Amino acid sequence: MAVASTSTTSRLKGWEIDHDAKVDSFWASGYRQFRKNRLAVLSMWFIVLITAIAVVVPYLLPQTYAEQDLTVSLQTPSLAHPMGTDALGRDLMTRLIFGARVSLTVGIVVQLVILLIGVPAGLLAGYLGGKMDMVIMRIVDVLYAMPNLLFVILIMTFLRGNFSESPSGLTKVLADFDGKTGGLVGVYIGLGLVSWLTIARIVRGNTLSLMEKEFIEAARGLGASHGEIMRKHLLPNTIAPIVVAATLGIPGAILYEAGISFLGLGVIPPMPSWGLMISEAIPQMRSQPYMLIFPAVALSLTVLAFNFLGDGLRDALDPWMKR
Amino acid sequence: MNRGTYAIRRVLLLFPTLLAIYTLTFFLIHSTPGGPWSQGGKPVPPLVLERLNEAYGLNDPVWKQYTDYLMNALQGDFGPSLAQRGRSVSEIIGETFPVSLKLGLVSMVIALTVGITLGTLGALKHNSALDYFTSFVAIIGISTPSYVVVSLLVLILASELHLLPTGGWDGIASTKIIIPAIALALYPAAVLARYTRSSLLDVLSADYIRTARAKGLRERPVVMRHAIRNALLPVLTVSGIILADIITGSFFVETVYSVPGLGRYFVSSISERDYPVILGTVLLFGAVISIMNLIVDLLYPLLDPRIAQR
Repeated sequence: MAVASTSTTSRLKGWEIDHDAKVDSFWASGYRQFRKNRLAVLSMWFIVLITAIAVVVPYLLPQTYAEQDLTVSLQTPSLAHPMGTDALGRDLMTRLIFGARVSLTVGIVVQLVILLIGVPAGLLAGYLGGKMDMVIMRIVDVLYAMPNLLFVILIMTFLRGNFSESPSGLTKVLADFDGKTGGLVGVYIGLGLVSWLTIARIVRGNTLSLMEKEFIEAARGLGASHGEIMRKHLLPNTIAPIVVAATLGIPGAILYEAGISFLGLGVIPPMPSWGLMISEAIPQMRSQPYMLIFPAVALSLTVLAFNFLGDGLRDALDPWMKR
Repeated sequence: MNRGTYAIRRVLLLFPTLLAIYTLTFFLIHSTPGGPWSQGGKPVPPLVLERLNEAYGLNDPVWKQYTDYLMNALQGDFGPSLAQRGRSVSEIIGETFPVSLKLGLVSMVIALTVGITLGTLGALKHNSALDYFTSFVAIIGISTPSYVVVSLLVLILASELHLLPTGGWDGIASTKIIIPAIALALYPAAVLARYTRSSLLDVLSADYIRTARAKGLRERPVVMRHAIRNALLPVLTVSGIILADIITGSFFVETVYSVPGLGRYFVSSISERDYPVILGTVLLFGAVISIMNLIVDLLYPLLDPRIAQR
């Protein structure tokens, strides 16, 4: 036969290994799996879109979120104000976009704090075992029993009080930062402090099962120090569930911030937050329903998007999770 | 360690936990500048301030306030409310807590029935239209905060359609409980539905279910007797979280719907820096959550003998 055949079936016998076959790396196969989930991909693009809007648009807008013009208060959507105005004449679309900034920042910063605390805690607990493990787990239990919202509110009130009474040194640095973020440093720290528990538990569980594997023993036999083992061997192998948990934790943080802003204990006006906008919209719910609908829809869609994204990531990286 | 020792250890752990919560809260509250008297907006003359502080024991050294309050609290006396002069905290809690309790219980029942049923149906009719629909509704339930739900329900059902009242509280048997109970139950129901569904799916593909079917059992007894019981275990773990959600959810729902419960009162006491109320409520909530977690932990080995043997 004159056909040059490169197909495996004709070339190899049944027992031979096909060295030319392409095998996906873990991340590549996860990526392909993820792409199949249209809802997750759609959510990802949505998040990219609102992030872009939140970052870029504020520099382009003529009005700021705090500009009041009482002559145009409570207007229905029009060309000048595409989403209408609130009771103080502030443009709602601008406020909505700045609110997006607030929510996204909260979501991401809180997750970073959580990762900074929870991952090392989980690694240490799982790796060192014994007393250290017990101590860390006890702390987890105590914090677990405390109603989260309560704790966050207390920390916020505490920090905010200290920031406003002639701060100095480190406190002053934090206080300035706090002002820029609309009074949310308390939220970042408070939420981070209560929510690192799940990540710590997950990392600890993974570490414990990884410890049984031979390559850890081998590494130790070859003289790797504790730090090296944790950084180079344990950590890379637990990244997948960490990524999923972090993504799924973002909607929780966003909802928390919206919740305490709704209660008036969160962001400091005039900085807008979707939760605050919702609470402002409720008194005029009947006559100006759009005031309620825009932020409520924005909030729900963003949270939904992160949930779908997290679910998609989890399904895509699934074989890893089963370990 | 056998089950008895484990149980006793867990119960004993309750007290240091509560003490830690109390200490943490106490420290945070008292380190916050701005006492209870400066919240009204009108500045209080210094002499009056002094006498008020004296009368309420706020001038005592911090450690003394700490132990005094604790001693009293252990005997059920949480002190006088600073914002509502002349009323004690226990009195106020006594009035508001039962309201929240009733609302919370009704919501819990709704969440459990709706959530578990939908989750089970979704798993049984896996990948059907019903499954996708319930999953979708569940995920929306998880993403929508309770105050948005309350607002929307009030807007649509009460303001526009005039089907239900717009606020207030009339006890369990009135129409005023419908909207807040549903709003409070939506998130837990969604969480339960998702958990039940994934847990039941896992169980249904397990070997022992294959065995039961191979034995020739009809589908219904297989599901009811074997599958569901095992699938409900993770649900039990989640129920502790559900309780915490209902408690925190009550802050919002009660505030928006004007339900005279502890949640709403707690929120206002924080902005008013009413220390005794804050501390009393924190202790109460903390105790409730800890006890609930304890019960869940103790029930677990009962339901799954494999865990007890560890």
